Parts: sequence; C-alpha cells; structure tokens
Amino acid sequence: MVETKGYAGKYIVFDLGEGKGRAEAISESIATNLIGGYGFGARTLYDHVKAGVEPYSPENVLAWWTGPLAGTVAPTTSKYAVFARSPLTGFFGFGISSGGFAYELKSAGWDGIVIFGRSPKPVYFFVDDDAFGLRDASELWGKTTWETEELVKEELGDDAVRVASIGPAGEGMVRIANITNDRNRQVGRTGLGSVMGSKMLKAMAVRGTGSVEVADPDGLFQFSMELNERCKGPKTEKYRIYGTPANVLVHQKLCCLPSYNFQRGTFEYAEEVSGERMLRTHVKKVIACTNCPIACDHVNEVKDGPYRGTVASMDYESLDMLGPCCGVRELDMITKAVQICDTMGVDTISAGVTVAWAMECFERGILTSEDVNGLDLRFGNAEAMIRALELLCRKEGRLGRLLAEGVKRASGVIGKGSEKFAVHNKGLEWGAYSMRSLKTSTLGFATSIRGACYLRSGSYQVDVKGTVDRLKLDRSRGKIVYEGENSYAIIDSLILCKFIRGVLAAGDMSKLYTLATGFEMTEKQLMLAGERIHNLAKCFNVIHGASRKDDYPPPRAFEEEMTDDGVRGVRITREEYDEALDGYYEVRGWTAEGIPTKGKLAELGLVKEGEGIGIG
Amino acid sequence: MPKTGRMRRIIICDLQKCNGCQVCEAVCAYAKEKSPNLKMSRIRVLRVEPFLNIALTCRKCEKPTCVKACPRDAVTALDDGSISIDKDKCNGCAWCIESCEFGVLRLHLDNKVAIVCDFCKELGALQCVKYCPKEAISYTTVEQAARKSSREVAEHFLAEQSTPTAQP
Repeated sequence: MVETKGYAGKYIVFDLGEGKGRAEAISESIATNLIGGYGFGARTLYDHVKAGVEPYSPENVLAWWTGPLAGTVAPTTSKYAVFARSPLTGFFGFGISSGGFAYELKSAGWDGIVIFGRSPKPVYFFVDDDAFGLRDASELWGKTTWETEELVKEELGDDAVRVASIGPAGEGMVRIANITNDRNRQVGRTGLGSVMGSKMLKAMAVRGTGSVEVADPDGLFQFSMELNERCKGPKTEKYRIYGTPANVLVHQKLCCLPSYNFQRGTFEYAEEVSGERMLRTHVKKVIACTNCPIACDHVNEVKDGPYRGTVASMDYESLDMLGPCCGVRELDMITKAVQICDTMGVDTISAGVTVAWAMECFERGILTSEDVNGLDLRFGNAEAMIRALELLCRKEGRLGRLLAEGVKRASGVIGKGSEKFAVHNKGLEWGAYSMRSLKTSTLGFATSIRGACYLRSGSYQVDVKGTVDRLKLDRSRGKIVYEGENSYAIIDSLILCKFIRGVLAAGDMSKLYTLATGFEMTEKQLMLAGERIHNLAKCFNVIHGASRKDDYPPPRAFEEEMTDDGVRGVRITREEYDEALDGYYEVRGWTAEGIPTKGKLAELGLVKEGEGIGIG
Repeated sequence: MPKTGRMRRIIICDLQKCNGCQVCEAVCAYAKEKSPNLKMSRIRVLRVEPFLNIALTCRKCEKPTCVKACPRDAVTALDDGSISIDKDKCNGCAWCIESCEFGVLRLHLDNKVAIVCDFCKELGALQCVKYCPKEAISYTTVEQAARKSSREVAEHFLAEQSTPTAQP
C-alpha cells in the first residue's frame, strides 16, 4: 500500500464478463516512478494488453486513471485519463478529460478503475464510495450522451453524481467514438468510446463523499491560491477571453490554419469563424471545470435560423476541423456539427478530418454520388457536412459505414490515390495545425505515442512563437520534441491542465507533487519519470508493431507545395524530415528504427520491459 | 470592515460572472474542515445546464425558517442575521435543511450535525469572496447590489445610444 499522500492508494479491478471486481493497492514504487495518469495507464496497457489482443476483444483493457493531485485544492487537476489499445491506431490509445468526474472519483477513494472483459448486456458501472458494481443499462442504450447523464442521475436519485458515457456512435463501434462527461468534456481521441461500446459498457457513474488526504494541507492551499492568482494574469488571458478559438486569426497570419482538408493554410473567411467574432455573436456562457480558476469552455448558442437554440461547447480544434477544414464558414452550422458529435459521441477532430477527406474525394471524382448517399459533398456545403456526420455517427448508408472507420481505413477501402490526402499519423486524424508551415510541430505530431497530436509535446509552440524557423527542419528539433514529450508526460500524469502550464515556473510541478504526496521529488527526477513513462508507452507500441515507418506525416506534407501567400512553395523534404527524425531518435537514445535501446531502458529502470520487446 | 448602518451584508453571486468552478466550495471546505471535500462546503455551487451557474449560501433571512424548524432550539439567529448552530443540541434531524428555501445548509458528513455559513467570523476575511477567481462573489448589502445593477443597466442603455442627441 502506498504510504505517500495525495493518492487514494487503491484502484478497482473489474471483469465485466464475471460481473465481479476487487480492490487493489498501489505500490509506493509505482506511484513515485510513474506518478499517475499517463504513467499508470502506460503500466496497465504494457502489463495487460499483449501482442495480438484485438482492440474490440474482451481481452482489451479499459483503464481509468487519475493523478495524485485530483481531488485536492490544486488548480486544474480534476482530470482523468482513459487507456486501451486503440481501435483506430492499433497502438497506445489514450485520452484525457476534465470536468468534475476525477474529483468525484478521488473523493470516493479510488485512484483508478481497470476494466476487463465484456458484458453480455448493456450495463453501466457505478462507484458509490467504497461500493462498486454494475447496473442495467438496457433503457439507456441508444440514448445520447446528454440524455444518458440526465437519466443516470435520475435513476440514482442524485443530480450531483458524475457521469461519463458513450453515445450511439460508441455503442455502434464507430472507430472515432469518444467518451463524454459533464456534457461538454470529452476523452476525445483514439476511439476509446467504441472500446466501451464493444464491452457493452454505456457509462461510468461516480459518487464520492470522502476527502483526499495530502501531506501538507496548508502548504498546498497557500501554493494553490498563489497559482490561482497567477491565473488571472496574461498567461491565461487567451483561454479566458476568447477561449482557444483565439487561435483562428493567429494561425491565419502564420498560414497554419488548416483549410480544405489541409490543402491550404489559410481560409478566406477566417474572420467569420474567428474567436473574436464568435464571442460577439455566439458565445452565451463561459464555464469552468471543477476547481479551475481559468475557465476556457465557451458555450455557443445559435440565435437564429433553422438551428436556432442549438447549444455546443466550442474550442479551436472542433471549430477548425468542422469549419475551415471542411471549407465551412457559418458558425451556426459549425455549432450544430459540434453538437451532433458531442451528443452522438464522436471526436470532432477525427470526424472533421474524415468528412473533409470525403469532400476532397468527392470533388476529385474519387467518391461518386452513390458513394456519398447522393449528398452534394463539396467543400463549404455545411448542410452536406451535417448530414454526413449524422450518417457517420449511426453508420448509416454507404457513406456512414465508410466514414465511421476513420480516415485511414476509409482511404484504404477506397484506394485510387485517396490515401495521399488522408491526413493522419498512425491512423489518428491530424489536429488543427498545418503540417508544412509548422515543421517542428509536425515532427511532434508524427512521433506522438497516440498518433497525430499537438498535446503530446507542444512542439508547435516554438514554431508559433518564432523561436525557430518554422519552415525548416533540422537535427536540433529532435531535442525540442524530446523535452516537450517528457514534460508533457508529467503534466499528463499529475494530471494538470495544459492551460495552466504558462503560469508554472520551473520547479512548480515538483513542488505540487511534494506538497500533495510528501515524497521529495526534484524537477529533474520528475523529467526523468516523464522520460520513463514515455519509453514505457513506446514499448507498448513496439509490441504492437511500431517502428520508424509509423513516425512520418502523411504524403501531403512531402508531395504538395503550399499555395498560400507568404508560404508559397513550402513543403517538407524527405531529407530534412529524416534528419530531424534521426535527431529525435538520437536524443531519445533509440535506434535509427525508432526502437528503445537496452542501455536507455536500463537507465530508466525498464529492463524487464526491454526484454518484453526482445531487447535482452 | 466598514459600517453599513441598519443594513445587513449578505453574500451575493453575480450570475454573469459565476462559471461553476467550485473554487469557493474548495476554499470553504479547507477553511472549515482542513479538507478538500466539496461536500463539506458551506457555500453550494449549482449548475443548471446549459448556462446557469450560481453559488448560494446563507441569506440571513429576516424570519429564518431554519430557526423555526429546529425542535431542539439548536438553531438560532444572531444579531447580524447569521445563523448559529449549537453542535451539542443538534441531533442531525435535518429539518432546518429541509425548511431552508435556498437549500444552503448541510449535514456534516462525519458528525452529522447541521452546518451553515458563519461568514468566516473567526478568519476575518470571507474565504469565498477572497478567492473567487472571477470576483463573482461579494459580501455586500442588497442596497449596494441593487445600485450596482441600476448602474449597469444605465451604462448599458448609454452604450446603446450610438449617436447621443443633445436636448436643448
């Protein structure tokens, strides 16, 4: 049993097939070596999901982990992460969400829940402090995420219960399905909602009435209030005022606002979908997650027209993917599209990129009218986009069944060169950062453990800030990605919100960890833990077949020159990318094939894991 | 703290500013219980989807129903309007909680006695007011709160007048 405070010290292991579970203790060495969240998830997946375990098989695990700070007064820490072998990528599946779910789970006395097996009928899992078990969900099957939350609260007779659920898309095993809690917060990426669906697990409900014990309550309180105060300053202003849609015009200027399925890096109607415009015309309320002093969640309401009354939480990624990336410029329609994704339960990024790919295929004549259910699926046709999303979420018709597989598989089915404009890495659809005009960013997206992702290293920041030449790549970029990944691995393990990172000074993360747990930890030790966690997750990917070939951006990055004024002619050359990737592997201490070496793993205390991937 | 004459101060939540972050609950629970347990807070945050967020605590009612409801005289109103609960007399029947129109009392989760906001008398500063990240919570008189609303509506009215017309 873990002696350090902060942690609950125990987690639930549950088999859905047997309908039984038990409490397991967390050892102190796991706690201090792997921190929590991402680190614990890496441990679970590595230990339990062996080569050959199919993502939708009962043997795949579905692990829910919080960190040592969740349920404490430390700001932006009500966060949890979910892990499984991803049905979308076949690799490390992983997503983080916030809201109030994690605070509640820790208050119930649990660090996490590890779920195995498959239920024979629809169920939901209820944690009520010490007690836990399954409840019938046959009445909930088919309901949207928003309806499910309401119905579970009603059934349990407690509107303060926190619920994380899947929508019809997850039930139908749409590969890009997500998990939603507190209405607007999602475990968005890598298709984990469909893993829940495959297990017939409709929702997780939690009620916690206890308290998380921390090592130094006064110290943690004082430091947390200091951080809250810092969060009133300029470093979080963007999130507070415009929310992440503030990026639209910033990215437009830098020609890195993906539009028309990443063909371009600017959008001629950017002004119309800007954060500034949205705040004036659509934002009705800004809301916060539990114990967050920032509050970034901009909830839109459509005021007029056919979609009057539509409500959806809008962030930059959703806005770009279901807006400019599909050539769509009407905020009303984008809001409607996000609402469909959120309630039906699919990832807005993956959905947007997949529909954008279909639009490009349709315009190029690769997809016929018959393929797209007779829709006029041209870029900019918002109604067609909305209809395509509805079909996707329900796997309806030829188009719905095709798009529900995500862009990698869809392009594999269609062929005819459509793979060249399927914008993904490892099967995960690319986020809203152009590949060619933000090259350090692209290296980070492509080496990301879960596939194309801006949140695994934050390497876009040096490009956007201009600290490097963003239109070139060289060997030195590897170190930037490496340091970003290690640091973000800790943010994702503690788990903190990335939006607070700007106010954190060097040493603040270790200070938070020590105040909460009582375990002395220097920043250097934390970063080493970050490297350990990343390597452990990498070992998981290697077991499931990952190598250098999986760390590349899609063909569009190499083969097509940009046409936007300011970056005309820019593309990534194979040579510069290979050089940067070599630089990355070198600083990681991995082979040129992107495989961790014996020496590196030994340095990180992962000797056994090295043997597991054949490096004895 | 400045004098307010015959007027009482109460805790008022600005609905425009409140975003449901629950920081007030966390700091209240810490102040009263040295614990991060939001369910021990003396101020309660409520979110009504999709837009309404509000923090509510004792309103210092003129005829407090909680006082009337208590069969043991454990609940009394003090001169400043705040409510005092005698821990020894209270047996956790929760009638005071049921009777409160604002639902701002609670049962202590461990010792099962009724708890209610005491306006942080022993601390000097109201923790929810001090630490609300959005300055949505204020400790003020209803008169001041009303004047603020009047001022805001007047300012809004003025801003709407795009071309001010001078009357002779």
